[in-house]
Amino acid sequence: MVPEGLLYSADHEWVRVDGKICRVGVTHPAQEAMGSVVFIELPEAGIKVAAGEFLGVLESVKAASEYYAPVAGRVLAVNGELRESPGLINEDPYGRGWILEMEPDDPADLDGLLTPRGYMDLLAGGEK
Amino acid sequence: MYRAGVTAVAENLKESPLQSVHRAAGARLIPFGGWLMPLQYQDILEEHRAVRDRAGLFDVSHMGEILVLGPGAACLLQGLLTNNALLMEEGQVIYSPMCDDDGGVLDDLLVYRLGCEEYMVVVNAANTARDLNRFRSRAGEGVEIRDLSGRLALLALQGPLSEGILSALAGPALPGCYRFARLKLAGVECIVSRTGYTGEDGFELYLEAGAAPLVWNALMEEGEGRGLVPAGLGARDTLRFEASLPLYGRELNEKTTPLEAGLGRFVKLDKGPFSGRDALVKQAREGLSRRLAGLSMVDRGIPRAQCPVLAGGRTAGAVTSGGYAPTLNARLALAYLPPEMAPGDRVAVLIRGKECGALVVPLPFYKRRV
Repeated sequence: MVPEGLLYSADHEWVRVDGKICRVGVTHPAQEAMGSVVFIELPEAGIKVAAGEFLGVLESVKAASEYYAPVAGRVLAVNGELRESPGLINEDPYGRGWILEMEPDDPADLDGLLTPRGYMDLLAGGEK
Repeated sequence: MYRAGVTAVAENLKESPLQSVHRAAGARLIPFGGWLMPLQYQDILEEHRAVRDRAGLFDVSHMGEILVLGPGAACLLQGLLTNNALLMEEGQVIYSPMCDDDGGVLDDLLVYRLGCEEYMVVVNAANTARDLNRFRSRAGEGVEIRDLSGRLALLALQGPLSEGILSALAGPALPGCYRFARLKLAGVECIVSRTGYTGEDGFELYLEAGAAPLVWNALMEEGEGRGLVPAGLGARDTLRFEASLPLYGRELNEKTTPLEAGLGRFVKLDKGPFSGRDALVKQAREGLSRRLAGLSMVDRGIPRAQCPVLAGGRTAGAVTSGGYAPTLNARLALAYLPPEMAPGDRVAVLIRGKECGALVVPLPFYKRRV
């Protein structure tokens, strides 16, 4: 389940570009690997982050997993619905389970992300 | 975040006799105690709930089994274990810590009295080699130690429907709590004991490794219609945690005594000499400096092993196990705290540098209604 029309990071975040704004979440294979998400720590809107920087933590039944900024930029908004319903990340990872919206410092940075094809190759290769 | 499943036979990992059954069932396998074992078949929460509400079937063949035989067997066990092995009847099972001379826990185990001079000791996978050495080095004349670990499979059928499922295959005469019987399942002789590690009623079945797929499949076939599901080590951990059963390596280790872990009822200080007795007598007399306690989070956040616990702004202890408890819908932790701390006291758990409020609560977190 790697939809077309999105970009992907090697850390298993997806990015949906809409003009200047990027919506970010975690991918279906990632949520499947984590299992039921029972808690999420969200960043504060307004903060500036570097590419690959720590954004927050997803807690599944098994363990805590961190998620990272796919590109450098500013966090504009977070999905507050996840505070009450973190399970949306499992149920609808590319839809209602979105985590945050950010504005990239430089839209050209998005070129460094993976295409669906590239992300599937990453999955097929496993993690080294 | 995403870790590819272990799909190849990793180096130096032992495989359960049920490996092909697990793969066919789509299990995700992980290395555990030197074995490649199923972590989960479906969602861990689903497996957890199935065991609480219906039944789950676990492969725990990684556990070590050690036979202790001969006229000196009972005395050897009596000298190594904190519980009283001399009082055991044939057909009985006891739980016991095993301590070093300082009272530190080397392992926690089950003892089965199979015959007059015949005992089976079931130990944690990661400790099997060390335990075997200890047994062998202490075994004098008249005791034989035999390692059955590779040759036996161990299945755990756990949950309120276990009794019905098992009696459909093995007949109505099932053993009572902490008893075992030799019963035939699908034509295979099994040692069936009424024990487990989930906080539910249930059974553990020891059988020859080669017959494990046959018995597994017979149980699944019988139970599937009633809601029996295969369950992995993930759910086993959330279930035992919720039932506040200690895990070796987390709540128990060489630096912890069974008294601190709240296992005093398995320590018979008056039974005569045994490893660790002097240290434990001294600790019982002088009082504990720390004790295993339960915490329930008030603030957001999930406590995990090693998170510091603060009381009155100062470090009071650390979390040994923590997580989300599915049946109780709470975020809980087991932690060693000063003995004067009591249920209702406020503490803070330091989660990724943030102080999150929690309450001391009584143990066990979960107890099944009988």
